[in-house]
Amino acid sequence: MLLLAFDTATPAVTVALHDGAHVLAETTTVDARRHGELLASSIDAVLTEAGAGRLDITAVAAGTGPGPYTGLRVGLVTARVLGSALGVPVYGVSTLDVIAADAAAAAGGREFIVATDARRREVYWARYDATGRRLDGPAVGIPADVAETIAARQDAPGSQGAPGGPGILAAGTGALLYPGVLGQPIEPSYPAAGTLARLAARQFAAGAPGTGAEPIYLRRPDARVPGPPKRVTVP
Amino acid sequence: MTTPLAPLVLGIETSCDETGAGLVRGHELLADSVASSVAEHARFGGVVPEVASRAHLEAMVPAVDRALATAGVTLADVDAIAVTAGPGLTGALLVGVSAAKAYALALGKPLYAVNHLAAHIAVDQLEHGALPEPAIALLVSGGHSSLLLARDIAGDVQPLGATIDDAAGEAYDKVARVLGLPFPGGPPIDQEARGGDPAAIAFPRAKYRDQTLDFSFSGLKTAVARWVEDRRAAGASVPVADVAASFQEAVADVLTRKAVQACRANGVDHLVIGGGVAANSRLRALAAERCEAAGIRLRVPRPGLCTDNGAMVAALGAELVARDAKPSLLDVGADSALPVTSVLV
Ligand SMILES: [Zn+2]
Repeated sequence: MLLLAFDTATPAVTVALHDGAHVLAETTTVDARRHGELLASSIDAVLTEAGAGRLDITAVAAGTGPGPYTGLRVGLVTARVLGSALGVPVYGVSTLDVIAADAAAAAGGREFIVATDARRREVYWARYDATGRRLDGPAVGIPADVAETIAARQDAPGSQGAPGGPGILAAGTGALLYPGVLGQPIEPSYPAAGTLARLAARQFAAGAPGTGAEPIYLRRPDARVPGPPKRVTVP
Repeated sequence: MTTPLAPLVLGIETSCDETGAGLVRGHELLADSVASSVAEHARFGGVVPEVASRAHLEAMVPAVDRALATAGVTLADVDAIAVTAGPGLTGALLVGVSAAKAYALALGKPLYAVNHLAAHIAVDQLEHGALPEPAIALLVSGGHSSLLLARDIAGDVQPLGATIDDAAGEAYDKVARVLGLPFPGGPPIDQEARGGDPAAIAFPRAKYRDQTLDFSFSGLKTAVARWVEDRRAAGASVPVADVAASFQEAVADVLTRKAVQACRANGVDHLVIGGGVAANSRLRALAAERCEAAGIRLRVPRPGLCTDNGAMVAALGAELVARDAKPSLLDVGADSALPVTSVLV
């Protein structure tokens, strides 16, 4: 098998090829404004690096966000078109889950959150147990409110957050963007396509049908229904 | 021995609220599939960029599949992919550009990232054959109002004039709102105007006698709103048909006068009209009348090809392929303000 995976839901454009056992090639570029320019050429680059051709691809995986919409859609439309044009299944994996899969090691046996930049002074977040299993979210919120919510849940009976402990561990850039508000930053800041590929390759190997590339938006489009036309003459 | 078929070009358009996928061979239109999100914007009284972009993501692959089915071809038959790189709404453009790159990658075929305005001109070749060069183009829609000189549709298009404020289509939308007509305003105003007197109200025609080829529709829009408000304030009913006809007459008068002026100033005797407002019946009639009088050959594609669609992008792509233009690179970006002088990016 040859699985092509990519994520564009954060400032990172990350692309990898996976053969079911290993990551064959991986490239990540952090540039919040150039997703549309970087993705296709990065795909081309990993194929070349792995010595593979477009027709060797047997599955596609894409990070489905949540993340800033314009970048997110660059990845999702690319996944949908590649799936359609190559006739291969497409798997969608939440971007926060991809970050969590790598963060579990850094969390050292404690539960943690993943928080990424949602702009407008908000973060996208989800809460995970020590093994990287999602407990809450994904959701979007103001950092201080998110911290309050997490603190309350970590203190709940049966949770792993110890009252009076060192507080929230947070992967993703959220804790870096809001220092002292969202807890203690842990690695990684961005999703790695190699990890996304590993998660999706398991589904593909198990014969799971493609899940498609459905965006996780979490917010409605900004649009207000206008009132009656404004008067141009002064009454 | 049969002549080899011209290359099959897939055109993708997502610059505003229409998701277009068209298939063209040379000057032959094989399929034109358009999914519009206009109904989702109607209650907002204008195109909401994020709503348009979400709709493009959902409509993209189905639109291409429909075009392929209509043309009776498969993706394997496609020889090149063309896509609108700008001008337009950035988020919307990026859906189409990304999709086009993915098709190019998956099919191993060249990509042509092209200018939306030049595509509005090139589409006429699908209906009226090879475009005479040079030609003047008048492009009018909700997003653009401009006069262009096309010396070479594949490489040399120069701006002559443009609106300095609102696009003509925008003025239609705003006047429709004042009159209580639905969005988009073009079709209902055209409909109402049929029963009205175009000379009933003397609305202003900005920049009518100046030497520039620029337009201004903001003052006209305000004048209509003021007239309607005064009328309502006086307790009188508003003669919607007369207002619509008089407003439409002012728009068509200015646009056609400037278009003829552009032809004369440049010694060009071919005029192409495109864009959504080119579907307007009064604009078409007045343009025909004035071009006839001025000895100018008028070319206006049928309304379905005037509005944004994928066939126009494929038509320009086919022209570029025919002229052996160098394909775009995979790292080409979308440019919301792409100048018309950049026909191919
Ligand atoms: Zn247009």
